[in-house]
Amino acid sequence: MTAVAAPQQALEQLKPRTKPRRAFGPGSIVKYALVLLFLIIVLMPMYVLIVTSFKSGSDIGVTSQWNLPETWTLKSWEKAWDSLHASFIRTFELAVPVALISSVIGAANGFVLSRWRFPGADLVFTLILFGMFIPYQAVMIPLRDIVTTIGIPPGIPTLVFVHCVYGIPICTLIFRNYYATTVPEELVEAARVDGAGLLRTFGWIILPISIPGFVVTVIWQFTSAWNDYLFAIFLSNTRNGPITIALNALAGAQSPDYAASMAGALITSLPTLVVYVLLGRWFIGGLMAGSVKS
Amino acid sequence: MRRLRQWGPGLLLLSPSLILLAVFVYGLIAWTTKVSVSDEHNALGSKGFVGLENYTKLFTDDINDRFTHSLKNLLIFTVVFLVGAMFFGLLWAFLLERGVRGEGFFRTVYLFPMAVSFVASGVVWRWLMNPNTGENAGGLNAVFGALGLDFLENKWWTNPNWGMAAMAMPAIWQLSGYVMALFLAGFRGIPQELREAAAMDGASTYRLYRNVIFPQLTPVALSALIILGHMSMKMFDLIMSVSGPQWLTEVPAVYVWQTLLTSDYAKAAAISIILLLLVAVVIVPYLIYTNRAEKNA
Repeated sequence: MTAVAAPQQALEQLKPRTKPRRAFGPGSIVKYALVLLFLIIVLMPMYVLIVTSFKSGSDIGVTSQWNLPETWTLKSWEKAWDSLHASFIRTFELAVPVALISSVIGAANGFVLSRWRFPGADLVFTLILFGMFIPYQAVMIPLRDIVTTIGIPPGIPTLVFVHCVYGIPICTLIFRNYYATTVPEELVEAARVDGAGLLRTFGWIILPISIPGFVVTVIWQFTSAWNDYLFAIFLSNTRNGPITIALNALAGAQSPDYAASMAGALITSLPTLVVYVLLGRWFIGGLMAGSVKS
Repeated sequence: MRRLRQWGPGLLLLSPSLILLAVFVYGLIAWTTKVSVSDEHNALGSKGFVGLENYTKLFTDDINDRFTHSLKNLLIFTVVFLVGAMFFGLLWAFLLERGVRGEGFFRTVYLFPMAVSFVASGVVWRWLMNPNTGENAGGLNAVFGALGLDFLENKWWTNPNWGMAAMAMPAIWQLSGYVMALFLAGFRGIPQELREAAAMDGASTYRLYRNVIFPQLTPVALSALIILGHMSMKMFDLIMSVSGPQWLTEVPAVYVWQTLLTSDYAKAAAISIILLLLVAVVIVPYLIYTNRAEKNA
């Protein structure tokens, strides 16, 4: 298993092949104790976020930090929403186009690279892939100048552009693996015999059976654009940037309002968490496909 | 002409991406490299060529050895992060592999932190790693106090020597689930026949794992290490969110940002290129290795 496994098979790979053994011995008591302990540890930050977000500013004494709120209130949620709602909407305007555009580009590239064995194809593919691992600081200084020079408006349009460009490698990778493993050669061959060119084959035969690949890249690009902070801080500001910038401004003040910060963190995480809970199997597909853009 | 008909449309589909990547990845890296060997130390930007001076200065002539300090921070962070995430990831995968009822639920919960951004989780981790101890203890220190484990109370990331080890905790929390998913897929990719054959030979469970299963997981472990390792070197969001940019927790990626704020483009570019080289040393052999492995498959 290398890091470039086919994504849509990812969940199948995770599933057990045999039924769990039913016998209950001392070993399994330790086993269940451990998985429950880790469950609690992993969920602990979530508990803190939720509980604190329903407290009001004055209810947060150091000693009562772990307690449930004395009075449950939505005040902190209101305060957080006040300072985040504009950027919340902007982030949708960022993440939705990025997800769609990147996926279409990735599908076209992936199809060509999976079928077309031109000389040096491996080298070209490796050069494409390298682009998703680079620290973006290494392009950031001229990138700022160049987007201004091309004339892309600052803020969200600039971020859409850079996320689409730097999303090309991962989307190409996901689709190339998808086409290489799930589209039979005979299908493409049959279309060719019928006289369809590459473009027509792609448009009429391949795209309609590409939905699973699209789901994976759409989720992946949506999540990375939504969660991005690096491009956002270099290329936008609190007035025209996405929610991560706004949250950092809310939570990063000298003496932050913890209740509002945590409500804000929950608001910020809500869309990606919803995607994860509803479409988790496809989310895992993106993870297993390659790597992690951050 | 036939070749053009055959290859032309493919080239047509592929070329916009290739041009964009050539310009925005390789072109801009070249541009940054050019800035890094210039003396563009302010917004006025006299663009004389100074050779490797900006690089050597980082190692020999940086105020308070700021750059080497940031590398030391990065090293501590990376070691703790890699060891922690690999340990928990493997342990979780192993536990689930042994057969647990409701496995899907545990898997989903262990993996959910991956869906949250570092900026959002940083908010809660800053709170959990409250440096107060004793009477005023908050966050995790308060939990240790309540459990009678006072000796565990510590100053977390505000400790000047080992603070970066604490900074790795949120990263471990966030990525252990990812490592678990990789290992779980690895465990389940091992043919059932191999286990049965080992059982027929009378191998104990310990020997089965030690001699049959774990050796099969080496490629997975390598992938996980490299992906986590390169993420670690680029770590930026988490640190900006938990501590903000400051001396104690500065790593090269944050140093670049801080340097750009002072308009010292040449210095920022030099740090960026060093960061790129660090990542390339890890990633390039890995890409070549994956490429080969794929061909042999």
